[in-house]
Amino acid sequence: MNSEFKNSPLEAAHVALGAKIVPFAGWNMPVQYTSIIDEHTAVRTQCGIFDISHMGQFIVRGSGAATWLNGLLTNNIAKLAVGQGQYTLMLNEAGGVIDDLIAYRSAETEFFLVVNASMIDEDFAWMSARLEVGVSLENESDQWAGMAVQGPQSAAVFAKVFPGETLPLRNGISKTATGSVVCRTGYTGEDGFEFFSPASEGISYWQKFLAAGAKACGLGSRDSLRLEMGYPLNGNDLSPERSPIEAGLGFFCDLEKGEFVGRETLARQKAEGPAVKLTGIRYLDKGAPPRAHYPVVSAAGEVIGELASGVLSPSLMTGIGMAYLPTEFSKLGTVLNIEVRGKLFPAEVVKKPFYQVPTQS
Amino acid sequence: MSSPADLRYATSHEWVRLEGDIATVGISDHAQEELTDVVFVELPTLGRAVDAGDPTAVVESVKAASDIYAPIGGEIVEVNPQVEADPSLVNTDPYGKGWIFKLRVKDAEHVTKLMDSAAYEASIG
Repeated sequence: MNSEFKNSPLEAAHVALGAKIVPFAGWNMPVQYTSIIDEHTAVRTQCGIFDISHMGQFIVRGSGAATWLNGLLTNNIAKLAVGQGQYTLMLNEAGGVIDDLIAYRSAETEFFLVVNASMIDEDFAWMSARLEVGVSLENESDQWAGMAVQGPQSAAVFAKVFPGETLPLRNGISKTATGSVVCRTGYTGEDGFEFFSPASEGISYWQKFLAAGAKACGLGSRDSLRLEMGYPLNGNDLSPERSPIEAGLGFFCDLEKGEFVGRETLARQKAEGPAVKLTGIRYLDKGAPPRAHYPVVSAAGEVIGELASGVLSPSLMTGIGMAYLPTEFSKLGTVLNIEVRGKLFPAEVVKKPFYQVPTQS
Repeated sequence: MSSPADLRYATSHEWVRLEGDIATVGISDHAQEELTDVVFVELPTLGRAVDAGDPTAVVESVKAASDIYAPIGGEIVEVNPQVEADPSLVNTDPYGKGWIFKLRVKDAEHVTKLMDSAAYEASIG
């Protein structure tokens, strides 16, 4: 364990479970407990729990909060009723992605933002520098423990731990009777919720969720699960040099809501069509697991890009990945290759998500 | 699983079973446990000459690719097609069906430079 990195408030629980701990975004975090494939499968078929205490929480309050956030974020925050949340992005002036986050309207003039661990300081500095009268911004990241409970059984797990309480609706936010925050969101494609408690109470809730049937899952399966859904990971699939239009996230950018940072670039790219697109790629056969930075080679043998993310999908048992490719190579069914240690593995452009979550009966 | 006493072990966690001048190579139980779910094995080409310490095969888990080094020098004379078809054999039977390649060794004496099972177990604590 690296002492230069922060430890989660749930650290002792991970050590007790024998987790493999790795450095991630400045934190010592569990990458797996038993097996990435078992943990992945638990989330797809039953219920898993992830420590997400490394993620950041900002609280924005004030009569001008909604208007101010709407000038900094791509989605239209005015559409949120109290108790609702939305996926959104914060861009630089050139339209590149600083961070992707979820913004929840926790009260009429109060917003709860959950940002990426690696971006807490940068996001906070960017927002602080643009603060306006009538708005307050607080970084409460160190005060909260976070857990993502995910999978078809997650509602049943919630009911065991919080008998008599109700989960918020999809993308919603609510508070438990004991003052913890529950958000009906996640990063796996499955039904589930993200739970935030005061850091000191984290371990006790973690144990309760485990006792209620959630299996401890690490960052390894978190990554394979999100990639099966085609969800981007900031730093891999999103960067200050790429816009959400290029990343295929235009749905989360409201160009009609009025001015916001980065809007001009998005409007131009939307009108002209982006030159590159984050493209879903799937192996045609078995092959060496695709990974970030592996070259993407056209059928004609030309290197046309590199994987932003890649994994051997535990659900599909084949290689999947995403790469920024020139638009002419991003059409569905385009055959190309992934180069692994000098060897080419044939693949094709496919629609995201790679994996279809079965509809709940 | 204890380390079989009839094998020799490299510090990079490969095991060697020497029969005449043929060395069968795989990875230790400790190594497969550290790597967890093996999902892909890249085998060396037949006839390739390798020196001790050369990266010779690749074993991949969901999270990472790991080089497998030749614990002893020689020529690749056989590879295990079964681990290519079912990489999980490396996890479930590391000293048996999970073997990876066979070498015709240049110098069988060299095998004595590798650890015996007691020394290997001491090294992994």
